[in-house]
Amino acid sequence: MTRTDAKNPTRRGVLAAGGSLAVSFSLLSRALAQEGEVQGAAPPAQPKPKLPGSLSGDPFLDAWIRIDANGDISVFTGKAELGQGVKTAILQIAAEELEVDPATIRLITADTGQTPNEGYTAGSQSIQNSGTAIRHAAAQVREILIGQAAARWQVPVDQLRAENGKVIRADGQALDYGSLVSAEILHVEAIPQSRLKPASRFRVMGKPMHRVDIPAKVTGTPIYVQDLRMPGMVHARVVRPPRPGATLTELDASAVERMPGVVAVVRNGSFLAVAAEREFQAIQAMRVLEVSARWSEGTRLPNPANFIPSLKSLPSQQGVVAERSQGDAAAAQTFQATFTRPYQIHGSIGPSCAVALLENGTTTVWSHTQGVYPDRSAISEMLKVPPEQVRVIHMEGSGCYGHNGADDAAADAALIAQAVPGRPVRLQWMREQEHVWEPFGPAMLTEVRASLDQAGKIVAWNYDLWSNTHTTRPGPAGSLIAAHSLPTPFQPPPAKLSITPSGNGDRNAVPLYAIPNMRVIWHFLPEMPLRVSALRALGAYTNVFAIESTMDELALMANTDPVEFRLRHMEDPRGRAVIEAAAADFGWSKDPLPEGRGRGFAFARYKNLAAYLAMALELEVERETGRTRIIRVTAAIDSGEVVNPDGIRNQTEGGIIQAASWTLYEAVTFEETGITSIDWSSYPIMRFGSVPERIDVRIMDRPGEPFLGTGEAAQGPTPAAIANAIRHATGKRLYDIPFRAEIVKAAIGV
Amino acid sequence: MAVTLTVNGTTRQVDADPETPLLYVLRDHLELNGAKYGCGIGQCGACTVMVGNEAVLSCVTPVLLLEGRSITTVEGLGTLEKPGPLQQAFIEEQAAQCGYCIPGMMMRAQALLQADPAVDEAAIRAHLEPNLCRCGTHMRIIKAVMRAGELMRQKSQSGGAS
Repeated sequence: MTRTDAKNPTRRGVLAAGGSLAVSFSLLSRALAQEGEVQGAAPPAQPKPKLPGSLSGDPFLDAWIRIDANGDISVFTGKAELGQGVKTAILQIAAEELEVDPATIRLITADTGQTPNEGYTAGSQSIQNSGTAIRHAAAQVREILIGQAAARWQVPVDQLRAENGKVIRADGQALDYGSLVSAEILHVEAIPQSRLKPASRFRVMGKPMHRVDIPAKVTGTPIYVQDLRMPGMVHARVVRPPRPGATLTELDASAVERMPGVVAVVRNGSFLAVAAEREFQAIQAMRVLEVSARWSEGTRLPNPANFIPSLKSLPSQQGVVAERSQGDAAAAQTFQATFTRPYQIHGSIGPSCAVALLENGTTTVWSHTQGVYPDRSAISEMLKVPPEQVRVIHMEGSGCYGHNGADDAAADAALIAQAVPGRPVRLQWMREQEHVWEPFGPAMLTEVRASLDQAGKIVAWNYDLWSNTHTTRPGPAGSLIAAHSLPTPFQPPPAKLSITPSGNGDRNAVPLYAIPNMRVIWHFLPEMPLRVSALRALGAYTNVFAIESTMDELALMANTDPVEFRLRHMEDPRGRAVIEAAAADFGWSKDPLPEGRGRGFAFARYKNLAAYLAMALELEVERETGRTRIIRVTAAIDSGEVVNPDGIRNQTEGGIIQAASWTLYEAVTFEETGITSIDWSSYPIMRFGSVPERIDVRIMDRPGEPFLGTGEAAQGPTPAAIANAIRHATGKRLYDIPFRAEIVKAAIGV
Repeated sequence: MAVTLTVNGTTRQVDADPETPLLYVLRDHLELNGAKYGCGIGQCGACTVMVGNEAVLSCVTPVLLLEGRSITTVEGLGTLEKPGPLQQAFIEEQAAQCGYCIPGMMMRAQALLQADPAVDEAAIRAHLEPNLCRCGTHMRIIKAVMRAGELMRQKSQSGGAS
């Protein structure tokens, strides 16, 4: 390296500090410029161009990728493994661009002590945000290393290539990455453009790769936060009030304190917990503590009778989601209907769990949270300590399908840890606590009025939806249950109406179809009589159910096949492609089916800006009982460039089954005195006996296109495809989820 | 009180209240992670282990009933380095998402396959009915159990031939 390099005119003026950084950065710029494929060097006076993915928030390459002198590679992501396979996909991406074997990379996920702040692992955005950042960072790191080798050998970079952790020159001589790297060389800001590998040269991306976490999961190797064991660890359980808002009025803890193994009864205001040496001792103590506590009345729940229809009469604010008027709306026929969805739970099989340790003034929390940084903010605010005195480290928990009890359990454990300094506290919720206290997916009601012209084209679409917010995540301490019970309680922040491109309650409220006249309104309900937050797909589950049910009714009015009717209104070629692929793979036809069987079709592009998914399914309705059994499902998904096709398939199969379970069985039940769906008997979900015979997923690969995310693409179309197939099988349209056997039986009138 | 259990072929003395459900003894005393707490009331199957040749819900089985009985958990089926046929099949079929329910599924399946490795898909579905999966991995779990049956049959055939 020479000073001449440092003064290279292509150098951008964005470096944080130090000549060596500038030198290495200029090498990068030069290396890229010589490849002739990149226009990365922006003129210094211009505003900074936006960096790809999450690099925009954390631009330094060594925030994402570090290589030590031995050549060991560490990759850092702020995203967390939730069972969706993100670790494997990120390893594939990093290995591809770094030209190494994925097995040689150490991947560090969400940890406020180590990784970039990427907010929440949510919204099917991990590959889009973190994957994109790591892909670009890895490509830029590779080019820096090639540039280093070029300088050392005094040869042009175009005579060099990276392969298997080495830079190799034409005569076969090689330098491994470890010998090319120095401490500061990767501490440079990323540039907007990277020399990404073309899909034609992929070794690991786009190919199925076995998930790195599965061998541990099938052998009982400790991998979950539930499996964490530390010297001196105690087991804790919380005792919740009978209802939100209830305060602890009387407590005689003496009997509990005398129980075997009990280390501490923790009372902090109305927050109540017990810690014991052994887990079962903690459970036994919790049961005694429950009957030793007296509580005030708290807030009564609404009367459950006709609760969902009453959503329309709650105080609301109006948000205009879409409004367009393009031409004459000469309506020949109109379809009008109301669709509803009850409160539903995440229902992870493993109740929420966390381990916390207060040591030397710092509280460390191991949690299956979706957002280590926001959780740290909330917990530090609750503990009244600076954020630096709290570290939150992600560890896998049971499946995460949105904002569940993870953050609350982390807060519980952190509070209990304050009472037993120096001892790690493992806290797990009981099943009934998970069912009752996790934030639910909000109940929704939607009204649609859609009109066709004489030619069978949709000319007008009016849609109104009533819903709470679908996001009450931390950030603020007031979002944590435990913080509501402290002597000076934190209050949940008021919910705010906000109309965004990704949507919330209004997610996917706007049909993607070509419709000239449209008005979509979110009647936002600020009051939350039951605690709610993000459940996979947010409002898209209900909105796509309503839209795609309506599409089928309109197709019937237009006397047109439902697939053909959708294609008639679909201009987006990628939307058309998944619709055509799902129909073809399924063998969509007008052929008659046996008695009681029906076909259904549905489509959505998640958030109207992410993955496209169409599905067809066949089901059978048992007339005598009203029981619905899905026989087969065929889906086609386009989530942009494919990283791990088997990961996409696994997520899509899972999304279909989970959403089918929501649709056929699931509703939170309650009385004014409390939630009554407290276990798997009072809140049944799909079991093996009702699982489809087969699910086929076609993946539309889009090399070179941006990653679009996968985890929530199927949730919207599934209820609609089921409802449309029940309509086909029985002639009856169902408007209210869930389609439990007794409801279907009543609808078909047998 | 001391209870003597045979877990994955090893005899272990455990000092626990005899009422303690087996699940907590396995996890907390013996530091085995396979059996999971899911509901504590026998509704979800995440805690399933084998006692003798039967699949048993360890969260509702007091340890006092198991004195001298032979208990198998997923750790007894093989290791990371040397996975057993059922573990191998779950890896091959990529039959997990979060994986929390999977060891319970596997132990229920093991009881079935041990009795008859040639069992058909309908029997597998019926047999797995007590176990819940929330990620929706059912299709892969069924395939993995079918595949494990094949692997076990191959193994017993090659074992018989040698």
